[in-house]
Amino acid sequence: MTHASAPTAAPAPEILPLGLDGVLVRFALRFEARANRAPRALSAALQAAPLPGQVECVSALASVLVRFDRMTTTRVAIEAALSERLNDIQSAPHRPDRIWHIPASFGGENGPQLAQVAQIAGLGEGALVDQLCATPLDVLAIGFAPGQPYLGLLPENWEMPRLSALTPEVPAGAIVTAIRQIVLFANASPTGWRWLGRCAFRPFQLRADNPVPLHAGDGVRFTPVDHSALTAIEATGDPMGGARLERTS
Amino acid sequence: MTGWLDILSIGPSVTVQDLGRPGHLAQGLSPGGAADRCALYEAAALLGQAAPRACLEMAGMGGRFRTTLDTRIALTGAPMRALLEGAPLRWNASHLLPAGSVLELGPCESGAYGYLSFGGGLSCAPLIGAQSAHLAAGIGERLQAATRLPLVADPTPDAPSLALIPEPRLSGGTLRVIPGPQTALFSATERARFFDTAFTVTRGNRQGVTLAHPGAPFAPDTAGSLVSDLITAGDIQMTGAGVPMVLLAECQTVGGYPRLGTILPVDLPILAQASPGTTLRFREIGLREAEVVSPPESQWLAPLRRACQPLTRSAHDIADLLGYQLISGMVRGDEE
Repeated sequence: MTHASAPTAAPAPEILPLGLDGVLVRFALRFEARANRAPRALSAALQAAPLPGQVECVSALASVLVRFDRMTTTRVAIEAALSERLNDIQSAPHRPDRIWHIPASFGGENGPQLAQVAQIAGLGEGALVDQLCATPLDVLAIGFAPGQPYLGLLPENWEMPRLSALTPEVPAGAIVTAIRQIVLFANASPTGWRWLGRCAFRPFQLRADNPVPLHAGDGVRFTPVDHSALTAIEATGDPMGGARLERTS
Repeated sequence: MTGWLDILSIGPSVTVQDLGRPGHLAQGLSPGGAADRCALYEAAALLGQAAPRACLEMAGMGGRFRTTLDTRIALTGAPMRALLEGAPLRWNASHLLPAGSVLELGPCESGAYGYLSFGGGLSCAPLIGAQSAHLAAGIGERLQAATRLPLVADPTPDAPSLALIPEPRLSGGTLRVIPGPQTALFSATERARFFDTAFTVTRGNRQGVTLAHPGAPFAPDTAGSLVSDLITAGDIQMTGAGVPMVLLAECQTVGGYPRLGTILPVDLPILAQASPGTTLRFREIGLREAEVVSPPESQWLAPLRRACQPLTRSAHDIADLLGYQLISGMVRGDEE
């Protein structure tokens, strides 16, 4: 190697086309914790001060998409403006402004694969749930289905691949894990992630004033409750499922 | 004044559609809207509307309908057998539907999605800013017989009927593809093979269209799984088996499959209308050329309005019709 770049420098993000009215800034092709902070910092900056002609800005796990109005700006102008912005963003460790505390029940019929997850993670079931509920999670991205959050990042012992065989259906509210992340299902769905718990919180509430309560960058903490407590919360029919919102700023 | 559209009988997959709900990607909601967006602009041109209004999208089969007030209708997209009180109506045209008359729209003769639009438009209660059903997201539903939908009164029910001849888009063809964020993950050899291959549509719905082809599956050069990334309608994704699936209006917002490129918005109606068995090919095109040949949607309506002719002067009778500049720059039809 004759290249003498500093070994700790993050690779420069790539600026790429996504459709005729979109520019994607990609920080990584594969998941890295560092590559998730940068997109959120960039999208926060672009939402606070949109580029001329920007019509939509969304961050995903390792990228940011800016959609623009082709009648008022050009791809070249958006790409140039994004390069400028990238010099300014600080991807410091994230401190969420809002933290959701969501009651959830783990194991048994609420999480049939809890034992499997615990075994892979090298902990007992109780210790695993304690570790999960003690971990401050961030909403890394909303996607796949409306409102559905990707949460992370879990400790290294939660590094486990997706299953090769799909679980035919997990219910709405299912809490599943793979690759040090949690997904909280908005609707009943097949999944290749391992199912360890369930909550009564519904991340997509079609007829509510605010159909998608969670935002990328919010904090999430799970509060363990037993099966009967979860059933009691569900019986109220409240799609917020007993979730409590804590504002930290 | 408002009236009602009464649904007397209906095919299995008819939904209310408009241009969808852009702007909700951060909430995990793709824009949705009509599968063949061009058909909505054609209807707006035929009805003299400033922008497309909510209408019925009919997959494969229509139904029997009646309205409580006089209204013009437009029939666009995949042509269906159309009868007004038993008398045949021309497709790709607007017509007066008198109150109480029965309109019967039979199965598609070709293509996949027919559209029934109204002079005043449907006025169902919007959900998240639009009337369109987004079945994958659980918004709206397939319409049922013996129900009724609110209809805005047609401001000019007596306006003359119009017709247009759309660019052909119902029997496949060559779709133009721009590079996307993951194009470079596929080797030049693999990309060349893709653009050399004739594909057959195996099945399709509002989420996407699956293609089959002779020969080896298409695979990216990269090993290991990619982080899920943002996707868009028109993306050509290679599923785990290396089989292409092209994404449509109700696609998810993020996906983990590698994507070879993105079909131009003006060519996407050809894909949406490609029923199983249709042959499709793809052609690579640069971004600069693509911007010229695929103008923003706000530019789609004007050339269609200019292409409209009075219905009484049947387009079939116009000897030099093909010499008219009908909808240049909209959808290519001269491939193959």
